[in-house]
Amino acid sequence: MSNILEIKDLKVNYGGIEAVKGVSFDVEEGEIITLIGSNGAGKSTILNTIVGLVKAASGNVIFQGQDITNKDTNYIVSNGITLVPEGRKIFPDMSVLENLKIGAYMRNDDLSKDIEWVYSLFPRLKERSWQLGGTLSGGEQQMLAVGRALMSRPKLMMMDEPSLGLAPIIVRDIFSIIKEINNQGVTILLVEQNANMALKTASKAYVLETGNITMTGSGEELLHNEAIREAYLGT
Amino acid sequence: MSDFIQANLPYILAGISVGGQYALIAIGYTMVYGILRLINFAHGDVFMAAGLIMIFATASLPMYISIPLVIIATVLLGVVIERVAYKPLRSAPRMSVMISAIGVSYLIQNCALYFTGGLPRTYPAIPWLSDSITILGATTKRVTAITPILTIILVLALVLFIKKTKVGLAMRAVSRDFQTSRLMGVKIDTVISMTFIIGCLLAAIGSLLYFTNYQSVTPTAGAMPGLKAFVAAVFGGIGSIPGAVIGAFLIGIVENIIKGIGWTTFSDAFTFVLLIVILMVKPTGIFGEKNTDKV
Ligand SMILES: Nc1ncnc2c1ncn2[C@@H]1O[C@H](COP(=O)(O)OP(=O)(O)OP(=O)(O)O)[C@@H](O)[C@H]1O
Ligand SMILES: [Mg+2]
Repeated sequence: MSNILEIKDLKVNYGGIEAVKGVSFDVEEGEIITLIGSNGAGKSTILNTIVGLVKAASGNVIFQGQDITNKDTNYIVSNGITLVPEGRKIFPDMSVLENLKIGAYMRNDDLSKDIEWVYSLFPRLKERSWQLGGTLSGGEQQMLAVGRALMSRPKLMMMDEPSLGLAPIIVRDIFSIIKEINNQGVTILLVEQNANMALKTASKAYVLETGNITMTGSGEELLHNEAIREAYLGT
Repeated sequence: MSDFIQANLPYILAGISVGGQYALIAIGYTMVYGILRLINFAHGDVFMAAGLIMIFATASLPMYISIPLVIIATVLLGVVIERVAYKPLRSAPRMSVMISAIGVSYLIQNCALYFTGGLPRTYPAIPWLSDSITILGATTKRVTAITPILTIILVLALVLFIKKTKVGLAMRAVSRDFQTSRLMGVKIDTVISMTFIIGCLLAAIGSLLYFTNYQSVTPTAGAMPGLKAFVAAVFGGIGSIPGAVIGAFLIGIVENIIKGIGWTTFSDAFTFVLLIVILMVKPTGIFGEKNTDKV
């Protein structure tokens, strides 16, 4: 399999503080890859840098063989990368439908098929098409954030802690949708603190600690690794 | 009541008319605030500049070229101000941008002083608009009747534009959250420019109507209508377009009725008393943003 995304020795600073200290990893096309790590490890920073919201100090982001390091977000998104941001960040005073439409802002073609697709993945959203985003429950907001990201017809969907603040049943729902979306051909880069679910879902996992990758393996391997179990699974 | 209306009809008509003109300026304040959280102190001066551009344009060009020229030049002025004075400060503290806006305001006034020599310049009579007409027995210029109608049409068009178009959707997104809008592929700078284009377009149209009524332009001619439009925007809840329009009509009508009663000296004071009262009673204005930010 070829790599859809390659991160090479990525370094990111905020002011003088180095938040990402030379990280390298690959995302294989068609897979679900996860990046786990505790608070402040630099997970969100890496995703924001890939998508161009934060600028890299050095290193490269290669997407489908093309160097997209520090390109405009606008350009990166239109090339097929999307991010479901941490905390969902849906637009509270727009309707569900408008939130989906803004997700397709880069496109100029007909959206009706994609809206139907998103509604078929999340029937709850269809019932609430006219409801304001801000009045949705946390789980519904997460569904909307995923649906909105899908509206750009991404090749790679990055998700920043989709399980944050959600009840276990909803988390299970979200993860089964993630697998479903992946089956439909979208590569997924998943960032999680909920290591258990993430490792069970991903084919390959990277462990990030204070700006460095400290461990790599298949989801299955890391799930049974002693150090991981202790640090991230609490067992 | 009907006696009162009959006796004060000219003032009420004048009030509705000037209210419409304030509304056209107020939209520029409120939209820019909605997107950038910036009180664009230079907006009243852009309005004044539109008046001067008209005077200089009509000195050598026919009316049908001058009017579109004024509109285009005013829009360009607004976009250039944003690019030069505000955009470089995008990540600076809000106070810095506001100081920059005050600087631009003085710069425009001083340029105007230079070009006019400080003398009031006579605004050209725009044929049809300056003609006298009679409404319910009161004689007035046609602009008095045209202003509120044109204002309402423009406001409705703007509201529809923001509600229904893709650019409008992007404007609403950007006014909420820069980062997430970027993530959707929205070009923030384009949307911000668009806001200045709309604000200045309306201010230019407002200046055509306003100066047709007031007949002369001085370098500080934008200050008073600018301030009143600003108070209208605050009254309506800064960031809200319908709020700004309602506030503007209210200020226009009340200040003219005060003139009608014979208290002309106090008509401007009313606006500022209103500002103080709102800031004390309901600082977010009548349609102000509720803080729905969930953390
Ligand atoms: N905008 C910012 N300005 C300055 N420092 C920042 C900024 N964003 C993040 N940081 C710092 O960078 C480091 C990594 O933060 P990041 O948000 O990437 O961590 P994370 O792994 O996503 O954590 P969490 O799981 O809590 O979301 C932290 O020390 C954080 O304080
Ligand atoms: Mg994070």
